[in-house]
Amino acid sequence: MTSLAAILVRDIRVSVRVGGGALIGVLFFLIVVTLAPLALGPDLNLLKRIGPAILWLAALLASLLALDRLFAADHDDGSLDLILLGRAPLEIVVAVKGVAHWLTTGLPLVVAAPPIGLFLNLDAPAAAALVLTLLVGTPALTFMGLIGAALAVTLRRGGLLLAVLVLPLTVPVLIFGVAAANAAVAGPAPFGTPFTVLCALTLASLVIGPFAAAAALRQEME
Amino acid sequence: MRLSATELACRRGGRDVFAGVSFSIASGEALTIRGRNGAGKSSLLRVLAGLVRLAGGGVKIEGGDPELSLGEQAHYLGHQDALKPALSVGENLQFWASFLGGRSADIGKPLAAVGLEQLINLPAAYLSAGQRRRLSIARLLAVARPIWLLDEPTSTLDDAAQKRLTEIMRDHLVAGGLLLAATHGALGIDGGKELTLDGVRPEAERLLA
Repeated sequence: MTSLAAILVRDIRVSVRVGGGALIGVLFFLIVVTLAPLALGPDLNLLKRIGPAILWLAALLASLLALDRLFAADHDDGSLDLILLGRAPLEIVVAVKGVAHWLTTGLPLVVAAPPIGLFLNLDAPAAAALVLTLLVGTPALTFMGLIGAALAVTLRRGGLLLAVLVLPLTVPVLIFGVAAANAAVAGPAPFGTPFTVLCALTLASLVIGPFAAAAALRQEME
Repeated sequence: MRLSATELACRRGGRDVFAGVSFSIASGEALTIRGRNGAGKSSLLRVLAGLVRLAGGGVKIEGGDPELSLGEQAHYLGHQDALKPALSVGENLQFWASFLGGRSADIGKPLAAVGLEQLINLPAAYLSAGQRRRLSIARLLAVARPIWLLDEPTSTLDDAAQKRLTEIMRDHLVAGGLLLAATHGALGIDGGKELTLDGVRPEAERLLA
């Protein structure tokens, strides 16, 4: 148990200190969302209608931003070798690294969404629904991203490959996340149905992601 | 505790690195692995640690914990120091001590043993190559594991630090540990075994010879 707590604390520390990726994701998210009303013009009804989609797209891209270094940094400095020599199962270690990554890059997006939603004319109920969908959906983005991050470990320009590999996997999350948020904003479809599917996608990715990523890492250590 | 390897073979990138390597060492014994560049010294250590798949042969441990693999009972000191530049010296060592040992350990003594106790709060980014190496060596002392796999342990160390490493290795052997080190220089340990890898030479080279 201490081994896993040690990984969690270390990864959080590394990512919030100088050179870590924690703040980059939120800043990118804020900038992309800020650009949307400038590009689309001050049509409040239009912004309100497509606001959730813009926020979700921005969150999707922002959550991929720091992901490529998740295992590559540990591989480059030799930490991955020692992690494999630890007594904690690699799958669990990978999952804990995913949790640490989500806490430092996913959770800040969820927190930043309501204030930045004002730019897109989101009212309080819509913002609440959006926060709920992001809170449930962003872990799925991180955990599916683990697979891409593990596959891109030994590549120099892994970030591009990561986006190409992971973005198709995230399509269902995007569809149901936006559908649930839109249902709360515009109706008449119910919020519950797409939201439940979103929850199911997240639960599935929490299981599949670590196992697939650990298998990819073991393969690449050769 | 006894570690014996029979007819080990390793293939990397479609090329035979070595084949037919056998040795056996017991508690308190050291094995120095020698050989020219590319002979497979590092590969042998990585094979033993379980980081590279074995192409042939087998490794047997007698007297260890039967629940654990060789890698899980071993310390591996590779070419890379496994340090995070953003974390302090103390945080780096504390992390590896907790991760590898499964509990929080006292890091004061290991740091003092490698002469880094003054730098405990310094970010690892500011350490010199030799100091980074010493911090990695402190990891071996912070968590007790019976088998040490050391890859060029003396590289980047100055004379004083090399002497200190020799003492650390002697203490480990006296305490009943096993030690395998790949090195070009002298380890300074008396009575150790020696294994020379001459590699598997390509067919063309063999015909010319």
